[in-house]
Amino acid sequence: MALASSSPTVGAAPAVHRASQLTRGRVRAAWVFLAPTLIVLLLVAGWPLLRTIFFGFTSARLSTMDSYDFVWLDNYYYLLIDPAWWRAVWNTFFFAVISVSIETLLGLMVALVMNANLPGRGLIRAAVLIPWAIPTIVSAQMWNWMYNDIYGVLNKLLMMVGFISQPIAWTADPNLSIWAIIIVDVWKTTPFMALLILAGLQMLPQECYEAARVDGIHPVKVFFKVTLPLIRPALMVAVIFRLLDALRIFDAIYVLTGNNENTMSMSIFARQQLVDFQDVGIGSAASTLLFLFIALFTVLYITVGRVNLSER
Amino acid sequence: MSLRARKYASRAAFYVLVAIIIAYTVFPFYWAIVSSLKGGTELFRTDFLPPDPKWGNYTSIFLEQPFERNILNSVIVAVSVVIISLGLSVTASYALGRVHFRGRSLLLLTVLGVSMFPQVAVLSGMFELVRWLGLYNRLPGLMLSYMIFTLPFTIWVLTTFMREMPRELEEAAMMDGATPLQIIYKVFLPLLTPALATTGLLAFIAAWNEFLFALTFMLSNEMRTVPVAIALISGASQYELPWGNIMAASVIVTLPLIALVLIFQRRIVSGLTAGAVKG
Repeated sequence: MALASSSPTVGAAPAVHRASQLTRGRVRAAWVFLAPTLIVLLLVAGWPLLRTIFFGFTSARLSTMDSYDFVWLDNYYYLLIDPAWWRAVWNTFFFAVISVSIETLLGLMVALVMNANLPGRGLIRAAVLIPWAIPTIVSAQMWNWMYNDIYGVLNKLLMMVGFISQPIAWTADPNLSIWAIIIVDVWKTTPFMALLILAGLQMLPQECYEAARVDGIHPVKVFFKVTLPLIRPALMVAVIFRLLDALRIFDAIYVLTGNNENTMSMSIFARQQLVDFQDVGIGSAASTLLFLFIALFTVLYITVGRVNLSER
Repeated sequence: MSLRARKYASRAAFYVLVAIIIAYTVFPFYWAIVSSLKGGTELFRTDFLPPDPKWGNYTSIFLEQPFERNILNSVIVAVSVVIISLGLSVTASYALGRVHFRGRSLLLLTVLGVSMFPQVAVLSGMFELVRWLGLYNRLPGLMLSYMIFTLPFTIWVLTTFMREMPRELEEAAMMDGATPLQIIYKVFLPLLTPALATTGLLAFIAAWNEFLFALTFMLSNEMRTVPVAIALISGASQYELPWGNIMAASVIVTLPLIALVLIFQRRIVSGLTAGAVKG
């Protein structure tokens, strides 16, 4: 008996040994596999980020980046008292909050239509992917042409319908230009939002809906009492994901209104300081502040989204 | 009877909604195509079909600036970036998706964090790096800097696909004495081909559309990529933009993308949601 019970243990010892050796080998292989990627990421992300934060404390100029003086917090102080910077901060958040809210509502609507089990939804999915696939620069130029105050099709259509009596200068009017940018962004990114929400909708259990139908509950009530609470997590992730993207907006504003202060975002401000004014110090300080804003939202995204970092 | 009427009414409302959504998403692109086919003063009229389609804008865009060179630059940069990113992330995603080791969660979190980086946040540091490596106004400068957004994306998406590979396959291969590298290239890679295609396509689109780095790190007309060229097309005067040319250029660079996206639409939708919803 003793022999019988001990023999598996004797047999198992080398097996365990071999298994742990295998595991150790796999872990070693994993690090070897990761090494090139980590080196590239350190080179293109870690190092430039550290240098940018570093330059934020200096007086470096773009043409002579290797000779600079330390000015410590002077650049940040300059930003603090610069109304143009605060205007850019306000514009960025105004743009991000308004456009993401509209995109969420429209995206939810489009997703519900796509989720309906009726023929024609394949067509919508194809149509909806078109704005998503078009480069932001190109979509901004397309809208820029439609916005044209004299020849633009948008003014002509609106006048034909009777909404407006005379042409509007969409991108030149200081009260309207930020809305012109929001409209382009909504057009371009609502599809993405709709697809993310649709993915959430398709994971919902069908039993709830059958039960609701059997009980004869009105579809609108079903939407607010069943669908909305169930897709809220997916919705939150999509919203934060889009907010992160909206906070760094650059392309559309650059094309539609350039460096105009009325619509300038934080990204536009930072690049203008850095490239146009050659002021690496202030540009880097502005970049660093934008980075901190976005880092805050990223932390929010990871906690709210309860991102899956382990296996399944 | 009334129930049937209501059913038809809601059906009709549904299709009206479908029509509105499609008109809204498609019209701006349709208008770009129509405008690009108009010549002379036709451009300034609101005809919804070009009265007499002309290709003049499509030829002048290539004559008035090095647009073919811009397209070539974009293709070279985007293709190289996709190849390098996928090459690096196949092995990296195996390590992150299938091997248990200490620090894995932290690494994944770092990759996710980098993918959220605003490009402006590294602009001055990247400028210095690109110039220091002697890559300013040269295509490799863009290839290098684009890694900051394509690499985290491809790693993240491929890791989610790697996790879903059946465990039995890997164990069977290990029993036969396969090394991790053989498991990746002989066992998993053939199964991952569709995932690689989707991920590669999404990374390609991201690189093709990139604007900020291309605008900042390229100086001369000949080195510009397509988005920068289209953003900076200018006419005889500041107030006289050649809209016909701009629309023609827009259609040229967008049609291939739309064709690709429509062909791979199912895969793209699943790839996009793998990149965002799942994590």
